[in-house]
This record gives sequence, structure tokens and C-alpha cells, in this order.
Amino acid sequence: MTLTSQELEVLQERAKLIRREIVDVTGWSGGAHVGGSLSMVDILTVLYWKYMNIDPSRPDWEERDRFVLSKGHGGVGHAVVLAQRGYFDRKELREFNETDSMLGMHLDAHKVLGCEASTGSMGHGLSQAVGMALGARVLKKDWRVYCLVGDGESNEGSIWEAAMSAAHYKLDNLIVFLDRNHMMIDGPTEEVMSLEPLADKWRAFGFETVEVDGHDLVQLADAIEQALQHKGKPFMILCDTVKGKGVDYMEGNPGWHYGGLSTEQVEAAKRSIGE
Amino acid sequence: MSKTDSTFSWTIYDANTLSQREIYGIVLKDLGALHPEIVGLSADLAKSTKIGTFGDAYPDRFFNFGIAEQNMFGVSAGLARAGLIPFVSTFSAFASMRACEFLRTDVCYQNLNVKVIATHGGISFGSAGSTHHALEDFAIVRALPNLTVIVPADAIETAQAVKRSMDIDGPVYIRIGRGFEPAVYESEDYEFEIGKAIEMRSGSDLCIIATGNTVWHAVQAADILKEESDISARVLNMHTLKPLDEESILKALVDTRRLITVEDHSIINGLGSAVADVIAGSGKACAFTKLGIPDTFTPHGHPEDLMHNFKIDTDGIVEKVRELLNREFEETEDWEDEV
Repeated sequence: MTLTSQELEVLQERAKLIRREIVDVTGWSGGAHVGGSLSMVDILTVLYWKYMNIDPSRPDWEERDRFVLSKGHGGVGHAVVLAQRGYFDRKELREFNETDSMLGMHLDAHKVLGCEASTGSMGHGLSQAVGMALGARVLKKDWRVYCLVGDGESNEGSIWEAAMSAAHYKLDNLIVFLDRNHMMIDGPTEEVMSLEPLADKWRAFGFETVEVDGHDLVQLADAIEQALQHKGKPFMILCDTVKGKGVDYMEGNPGWHYGGLSTEQVEAAKRSIGE
Repeated sequence: MSKTDSTFSWTIYDANTLSQREIYGIVLKDLGALHPEIVGLSADLAKSTKIGTFGDAYPDRFFNFGIAEQNMFGVSAGLARAGLIPFVSTFSAFASMRACEFLRTDVCYQNLNVKVIATHGGISFGSAGSTHHALEDFAIVRALPNLTVIVPADAIETAQAVKRSMDIDGPVYIRIGRGFEPAVYESEDYEFEIGKAIEMRSGSDLCIIATGNTVWHAVQAADILKEESDISARVLNMHTLKPLDEESILKALVDTRRLITVEDHSIINGLGSAVADVIAGSGKACAFTKLGIPDTFTPHGHPEDLMHNFKIDTDGIVEKVRELLNREFEETEDWEDEV
């Protein structure tokens, strides 16, 4: 077991806290990319509370591990994670989407401490993560680069350009997650634009690829352990997830790609997530 | 000149015999010795853009991304975030259009220290035709916040621009030609300051404002006009498109009241439009002509022929200046019949 039962309990508790706060922010901000933020919570929980070598009091610490949210639409989820991890005061979340506030739909790396890249337009983050991983090599640094790619985003040709280059340069300090929540704005991914066989594609592009349940913290941790040991290739952890995970009325419904929530809906969502 | 210049390995002979991009490759190689944080990026154009000269010297700091410009620009942003200074080289058409959103969002929006060396600008890659001509890049990159845009007149000025770009902690776009541009400068012994136009010829009858490879033609044209017709044409080398030297433009406007711009670019939203904005904002009437490529796709052909046909070479400038001098512009007291 890579996680002790105590660690698992702490992480599970953290994932709930993150989900509850995502729902809160979605409620008071008038609307957010709630579905895709909920699907990636467990991945970010394991990374930010177990594996990433970071110090939120020193966001510019040179030796830190980097995380790039390539699926920048998950901005609200990432903001909650960074706030709860201590990069900035959670009070900032109250101002989400407000004029002149630090936080908006897609996080601006100039404003948000802990955010390594301003993403939002699809298909940009993986290239930047490749640059950071390549940079570590040039500078002879040991930091690792983690990147979370969306499945809808994987329609973009630039994702595959980036994948090709990561494999070409044998970036084994790059660990990529794919949030395979099967949904995009216009509907199920396989109806909008077929992605399968997705794991085979990543293997064919030169990534050591494992498939996990993206909501199973133990499986995620096992996969990261494996990735940390792996040499000579970039690593893909293909995470099978559920869009809207944790909120019963949102799960698997593309209608919750983006949305606002009434007070009643917020309460119902938090009841579904649990204490 | 800074003390570091003594380490540069090219000579004046090189500057007069090598193309802009050859000089760029050599200067970048020399800069690489001074700055270990410089890395070079290419998209299968290491030889064509001459960034390969740097790559040969520093193979551990040179990365080819294949024919994938979008990824190359995205990667450059990541490298800059890691603390390195990427020099990214590809043809102007691809830097400004194929990779446009990556230049805009990854590099400029994040205000990262990436230097773009865009070669084969304008119609300089004549024989390749419209797919490889870049007549839109000034219009596009001028609109990108945080980006400094430099269009050197020749090989020596390219060397100056590449070196001075290191003084800017942010993105810089340097647009050069394919090479074989005539030399405007004989040595680096002149004041080159980013954002400051250079007066190549003084003059009081009109002012020719040129950029890039048209500067040489503008100077030739001014000399011919002087010799043949005693026309006193001021020539400004507007090597920096952004930030634009508005002061020099306004001074020329006040002094001559007749301005003509020349560029190897579409007449839409390039140097001419930038100058027109300044004129319009000044509230002063003047006679004004923009020389450039009209709103059309361009045929293949020898660059010299194309420049001649589109009247952005010496002959074209002389002809258009004569027209400009005969044009009337109305003082405000003449406007009453029209309003």
C-alpha cells in the first residue's frame, strides 16, 4: 500500500472539503465550470497533499515541483485547491469572477500564487509543461512537472504535438494525467469527436501509460509511485473519471459542464458530497 | 558598445557578405557563450533560419520540435517560466499565423522572456509564393500586448536588434528577411536604440518613413530625388514598430507636412497604418501615402521583381514621392464647402 489507512482517510476528507468549496464558489460566483472541476478533485488532492514537493509560503522556490492545469476550464477547482493548500487566503474565493478580483474563470498566473501557467484556451498547457520539464534538464534541476490534460481538450492537435516532443526528448520528469470524464460541452466525447482507443494513442505516442480509476486515491497514488520510478519516457496516468463526481444530480450529465447553482442546489450538492 | 561586444566572432566583412539570418545565427551563437540561459528552438528550420549555428555550438541547449510551431511556442513559454531565455526561430508566416495564439496567450499574455526571430518576412521568400510570404505579421503582432516588434534594416542592424533584445525582460519579435538584402550600415558604430527611429537623411520637403528591407531603397530614392530634382527628402529608419517612435513622426509631420511610408507588408495595419494613427491623432493636415503590398495575395517571383512590381523599391518610392509632392492637402479653412 502506498497510502497508509490514516493518509487515505485524510486525503478522502480533503477531497470532500475541496468538492464542497467548489460547490460553494459555483453558487456565490454565479456560475463556474463545476462538472470538470469535480472530476479532477481526487487527482489534485493526491498531488498537492501527498506527492508534490512544494512550499506554499514560497511559491517561487526554484526547486519546487510544477503543476500545469492544461484543462484550464478547471480554474475554479484549481483555485479551491490552491487556497486550501495555503497559497492564499480562502476569503479570495468569495470574490471569484468579480471585477478586479484575483480569481476568474481561467486562472491568471500573474495574479494567482501557486498557478504556474495561465491556461484556459485548450491545448496549451501540455506544451508549457514540456518546456518546464525540458528546462529542468537544461538547468540540471530535479523538479518534476505534473500536468493535467482534459479529454475534450485532446481533440486539439497541439496536445499531440506536445506529446510527440515529450517522448522525443524522453522527459521522464514529466507526469501527465488525463481527466477522462467522457464529456465535453456539446455532449459525450465519443459523439462529438471520437477519442478511443485513447490509452493506445498515448502508448503509440511514446508515453508509458497506465489506466486507473481517477477517483480511487490508492490507485492514483500507486500510479504516481510507478511514474516516479520510471526512466526514459514521459508517463501518462489515464484517469477514468465522472464529470460532476460527488454530486449525484450532476454526475455524468454534460449539462453541468458549466452552470450556476441556487441556494437549494448548493445545499443538495453538499448533502450529496457528505460531511 | 558594451564590453561584451569584443567576444563577437563576426566581422564587418561578414556583415557585408552574409545575409541577415546568417548574421543572426552567428550573433546568437556568440550571445550563447555570454548567457548560459539562452536556449534555441526550431521547427525543422534550423538550417533555413540559421538558428542551427547556435545549435551546432550548444547542442544541449538547442531543441528541434519538428514541423509543429504551435507546440514550439508553447514549450518556449514553459522554458521561460523555468528561467531560461528561449530564442524561437521560424518563418514569419508561421510565427505570426500558424502559432499566433500560442505566441499571444502563452508568451505575450504571460509576458515571458521569449525572443522570436521571424525570418523570410514580407515577400522576401519570393519564389515560394503566398503560402510563405508574410504580409500580415506586422498587423498581427503589433496588436499583441507586451510584445516589442523590431524590423531591422539589414544584417548589421539585425545583430544590433538581437543583442539589444536581451535588455528587455519580456517578449520581442524580430522580423528579418530571407537574406541578400543590401547593406544599409557599414558598421555597428551608430546609435541603435529600441523604440527610437534613426534619421538616415535629413530633409524638409517630405519624409519617407521606412522599415526593414525598404530602408535601403528609401535612402537610394532620397539620393536620386536630391540629385535629379533637388528634392529634400528626410528618411527615417523606423526599425521598431512597437513601441512606435511617435515623436519622430510628429516632428516629420510638422517639419514637412508630407509623409510617405514604405514597408514589405500589406498596406493594411502595418507601418503605414501605425503612422496614420499618429497623424490622425495629431489633428494636423498633411499629404500622406502608404506604400506596401495592396490588399491581395502575392504571386511567386524574384523578391526584387516583386518589390519593383508593387512599387516598394527605389523606383517605386521615387515615383510615389513625385506624386505626393504634387498632391494638395487642404488647410482647415478650405473645409467649409464640404461640411
